Amino acid sequence: MKKETEHKPGKKYGMVIDLDKCTGCGSCMAACMAENNVPCKDDESNKLSSITWIRVYRLTNRKPFPETEICYLPRPCMHCGGVGDQGHSPCVSVCPATATDYDHGTGIVSQIYTRCFGCRYCMAACPYHARYFNWWDPVWPGDLKKTLSPNVSPRMRGVVEKCSFCFHRYQLAMEKAYVEGRRDLEEGEYQTACTQACPSGAITFGDLDNPDHAVAKMKEHPNAFRLLERLQTNPKVYYISSREWVRRAGDNYLKNEPTNSKPRAAAHHG
Amino acid sequence: MDYDFIPKGHNRCSFGTFAAGMVILGVIVLWGFYAAALCWIKGLNQTNMNDSYGFALWIWADLAVIAIGGGAFFTGLLRYVIGLDELKNIINFAVIVGFCCYCSAMLILAIDIGQPLRGWFIFWHANVHSMLTEVAFCLSLYLCVLAIEYLPLILENGKIDEVPFFHNLSHTMHGAMAVFAATGAFLSCFHQGSLGGVTGVLFGRPFGYREGIFVWPWTFFLYTWSAAACGPCFTMLTCKITETITGKRLVKDNVYDLLAKISGWMIGTYIVAKIADTVYWATVTSPSMGFGLMDYYSLHPLHHGIWILILEIVVCGVVPALILISQKGRATKPLFNLAIVLAVLGVCLNRWVMVMTPMAMPVMTFDSWVTYFPSWQEIATTILPFAGGIMVVALSYRYLPVFPQEKELNSKR
Amino acid sequence: MFPFIFEWVWDEGHIMFFGAMWYVILILASGLGYCLIKAVKDTLAGGHGPQDHH
Repeated sequence: MKKETEHKPGKKYGMVIDLDKCTGCGSCMAACMAENNVPCKDDESNKLSSITWIRVYRLTNRKPFPETEICYLPRPCMHCGGVGDQGHSPCVSVCPATATDYDHGTGIVSQIYTRCFGCRYCMAACPYHARYFNWWDPVWPGDLKKTLSPNVSPRMRGVVEKCSFCFHRYQLAMEKAYVEGRRDLEEGEYQTACTQACPSGAITFGDLDNPDHAVAKMKEHPNAFRLLERLQTNPKVYYISSREWVRRAGDNYLKNEPTNSKPRAAAHHG
Repeated sequence: MDYDFIPKGHNRCSFGTFAAGMVILGVIVLWGFYAAALCWIKGLNQTNMNDSYGFALWIWADLAVIAIGGGAFFTGLLRYVIGLDELKNIINFAVIVGFCCYCSAMLILAIDIGQPLRGWFIFWHANVHSMLTEVAFCLSLYLCVLAIEYLPLILENGKIDEVPFFHNLSHTMHGAMAVFAATGAFLSCFHQGSLGGVTGVLFGRPFGYREGIFVWPWTFFLYTWSAAACGPCFTMLTCKITETITGKRLVKDNVYDLLAKISGWMIGTYIVAKIADTVYWATVTSPSMGFGLMDYYSLHPLHHGIWILILEIVVCGVVPALILISQKGRATKPLFNLAIVLAVLGVCLNRWVMVMTPMAMPVMTFDSWVTYFPSWQEIATTILPFAGGIMVVALSYRYLPVFPQEKELNSKR
Repeated sequence: MFPFIFEWVWDEGHIMFFGAMWYVILILASGLGYCLIKAVKDTLAGGHGPQDHH
């Protein structure tokens, strides 16, 4: 019986996305769907009910031509750690059936599909809209079923799903490492599908706490920011942009507040 | 036809008229169950909910019926625990109305989950830190309490009462009612509060999030207080409607007056707390998250602007409180009726705003507002429990001695 | 809900939550049990009639 509060120091997997490099091609979305057995409906035009574990948003600086600027922002699950990385992420804390969990060993927020009963409270809690409900039964017409990955269980109708940072890849890499008598992974041994699919190399993935991993250095970049930091969700996805308006778009500010204003108190919820 | 089952000395409409009403309500109930069956069999794609509006009409209906059903626990507390004896003349009706409200909530919740057959996971794999878990446990237990409180009334039906065991059971249960009422009040304080906590703890949703004390956000206390304040108003409102439909006086004015006076003070104190909470949230909590007050209202797709807040707090809060606190207000029938209607509307509006706006509004700056209109299946399943509730109230009124003062009030005429 | 369920933990939250739940269930069950037993006893003792009601 593991006591929830006793967590040994583990990894803290996260992502740094260089928005200056992202072209908005959508390869990350396609790779994610193929890797994680995300089904397609006949009509995917209604984005409010289609499943995209990682979704590329299109941001503009809202200025008229010729000053108009565009930025594409891929948004996976942020795997929020909450204040002090104690696992008090918005969704984990509210799930009534413990169907979503914060893994202190990896910092990954998991979703247990067979336990989720579809109350959607976690969706209401997530400010990033990173959680998706299976409104329909998943269907893979014809031979498409043969393309399904055997490492990821398809989700049934009526449950919530979301990006897992390709956790099955972590499990496979750990199994291999154990067989070889190792307890740790090299940086390249565990990479998410979106990271590997990005043609411009905008996505970097690794252990945010490991100084040998690229992400640990990149997150310290002066132009690095996270989405909605002021809510104290403590996300594990960092973005880098050289443009101030993009960094400002990452959070909400009152009219005269400078970008990067910090939260009022360090732990106003817990 | 059913004369033997009607309480002795009470006049009721003909069986034909009653049956006709039941058939009409029955058709609505069947329509609702057909819609519910569609949701259970085909899934929640039968609704117009989406990934932004994961909580919608049903959750609002749940929160609203539980709030207005709060009359049962609060009247029970006043009658059995605090000992206000006059309220024995309305407590039976309050219990029936509360029972209908809580049955409605349970039914709607059973339809609202994506995997209904796994509904028991909320108990089995309970996450004790989730407000929804607390709601599920307390709600189920309190429904049991309401059933226990309703049972002796059913046993008082003339025919059932002829059976010695049932007569004795009813008698004994009446004697032990204070224990059940106190337990019910304890449970209600927690589940009413937890419902407030449902949005109050969402620190990712600045519109709903509130700071608080220990694990409870301020909405926890506001919801409990508002349910205790406005619940009795719904009991009185339904009682007045029953009087209008039956053409009889069922409860004496002094009983209404007492309950309304307590309700008035409760609404008054609640609305002061609500104003304080709103001011603190608007000036401290929300700006720390980067939102000014008008950010929530100026771009709302329903274009109600800040007026919805004024409607909730002033029109449906301050006004009914002032009317019900003043002796003159309570004594003036139209004002009294207006006040109890406004109080009920106010608590329902509060639940509406707290459920819908956090879903509609974008938190990420590059996201957009989302609108939603319920499907006919959602509407039918929401109307279903109301029709069912009217059936239960009608059946209870016809066959059970619900109102102790009915005979006295109507023999004088 | 029960200690034998997978992932059960003994912490303050569980003890408080389930402690309160089982306490309430105990009160309701014993209250109902008392009423039922007393009703059976009264019935066997022959007490019945509208006159001894309330």
